[in-house]
Amino acid sequence: MKEYLLGLIKDKKRMDGRGLSTYREPITIETGISKKAEGSARVKIGNTEVNVGVKMELGTPYPDSPDEGTIIVTAELIPLSNPNFESGPPGIQATELARIVDRGIRESHYLDFKKLCVKKGEKIWMVLIDIYSINDEGNLFDAAALGAIAALRDAKVPVIKDDKVQYGELTAKKLPLDKEAPILMTIHKLGDEFIVDPISAEEEAVSARLSIAIKGDRICAMQKGGADGLSLPEVEKAIDLAYTQVEELKKALK
Amino acid sequence: MAYTKRFDGRGFEEIRKMSAEVGIISRAKGSARFQIGDTIAIAAVHGPRELHPRFLRKPDKGVLRCDYDMVSFSVSERKRPGSSRRSMEISHVTGKSIEPVLDLSKYPNTVIDVFITIPQANAGTRCAGICAASLALADAGIPMKDLVVAISVGKAGDKVVMDLTKEEEDHAEGATDIPVAMTPRNGEYTLLQLDGDISKDELKEALVLAKKGCDEIYTLMQKTLRDSFKEKK
Repeated sequence: MKEYLLGLIKDKKRMDGRGLSTYREPITIETGISKKAEGSARVKIGNTEVNVGVKMELGTPYPDSPDEGTIIVTAELIPLSNPNFESGPPGIQATELARIVDRGIRESHYLDFKKLCVKKGEKIWMVLIDIYSINDEGNLFDAAALGAIAALRDAKVPVIKDDKVQYGELTAKKLPLDKEAPILMTIHKLGDEFIVDPISAEEEAVSARLSIAIKGDRICAMQKGGADGLSLPEVEKAIDLAYTQVEELKKALK
Repeated sequence: MAYTKRFDGRGFEEIRKMSAEVGIISRAKGSARFQIGDTIAIAAVHGPRELHPRFLRKPDKGVLRCDYDMVSFSVSERKRPGSSRRSMEISHVTGKSIEPVLDLSKYPNTVIDVFITIPQANAGTRCAGICAASLALADAGIPMKDLVVAISVGKAGDKVVMDLTKEEEDHAEGATDIPVAMTPRNGEYTLLQLDGDISKDELKEALVLAKKGCDEIYTLMQKTLRDSFKEKK
């Protein structure tokens, strides 16, 4: 399979006939998929599906940021979604995925942590973003990041009564989000070419990948993965390619 | 005070609205979604495939392995991700409830993995999980003697009721939860659990009610599978 894909890519071709920088279609985002979450979203890129839920809990702030709330991103790559995933605590793949999504949101200041402060030094909102893979046909990274943004946008702050969260009772208040959302795109090196949105078979054949989170025209998080290194011209090429895709993914968010 | 009108307005012997679908996860050999009221279960089947570690293999038949878990945001207060004693027990009894309908002798040394996830919970999740798992196994083409069908019956306040909601399980005057799975063709119970406080006569009444509920679900599950074959043609 790998040889076949590497042969195709020499002619700038892909197994499913897509262009090198074309996402699968359609990219669909549904919000409000869970009655129990404060916010939720289902993202499908082609056949790949992830579900994301936002739950909010009251917590105590870190001593070095007494007036700031926080986010905790967790990803579960459940074995239901891919025959190669195993049961048990999150492995490195799930942890890396969660960390990349976390940094895209955190470093871009998409969520105003200061406005998540309930009482300085005592009480803050913790926004828990949980990502579940439901069907892994490739590119969980980009799907998960889109899902996290959509679920945050969908979320409403729950009611607090006697210092306790009244789950199931939501206020009309949305989370303090910036207008501009960070968009994560992962660029993969397959043979000598760069592609976006790989299907599973392609993911197994890529030699390197670079995830890039872009907000507006700024880069706010990056992560290189894969076995091979990338040269400077290659990094530049990957970044340029990411910039050409931002609008495409933003469209799906609307 | 007597429980005279159900919280959601249903009749005491009425099941919540149901829907079912198969073939929802392309990466799996078979898959299904089963919804009853606000409770949703999805299931996927991988295999038959090689079983690791090796010592768990059985030379004369395949092994069925079930894994049940809930999504962290499926309940009001976030559930910590990952398995718990509860989910381990449910995985186990789910496997036991399904195994009687499978002829595993055709698949020696292999494992059939069934993964069940609950994206949204409002009571009766293990039963919804069993229905989804049973549909997913059929969707995967695993030979089965029958479908396994499950429903939770019990008591809310002073009434024997079909298909309890979370609100009824938390009834101020007590509740009894009896998850039941059946193989309708031979009328046998393959899952039977009970938490609560109930008289012998009431239990008998509840079990008869469960049979009635299972028949209704059975019809829906059979129709779902038949329709899926129509689509494939």
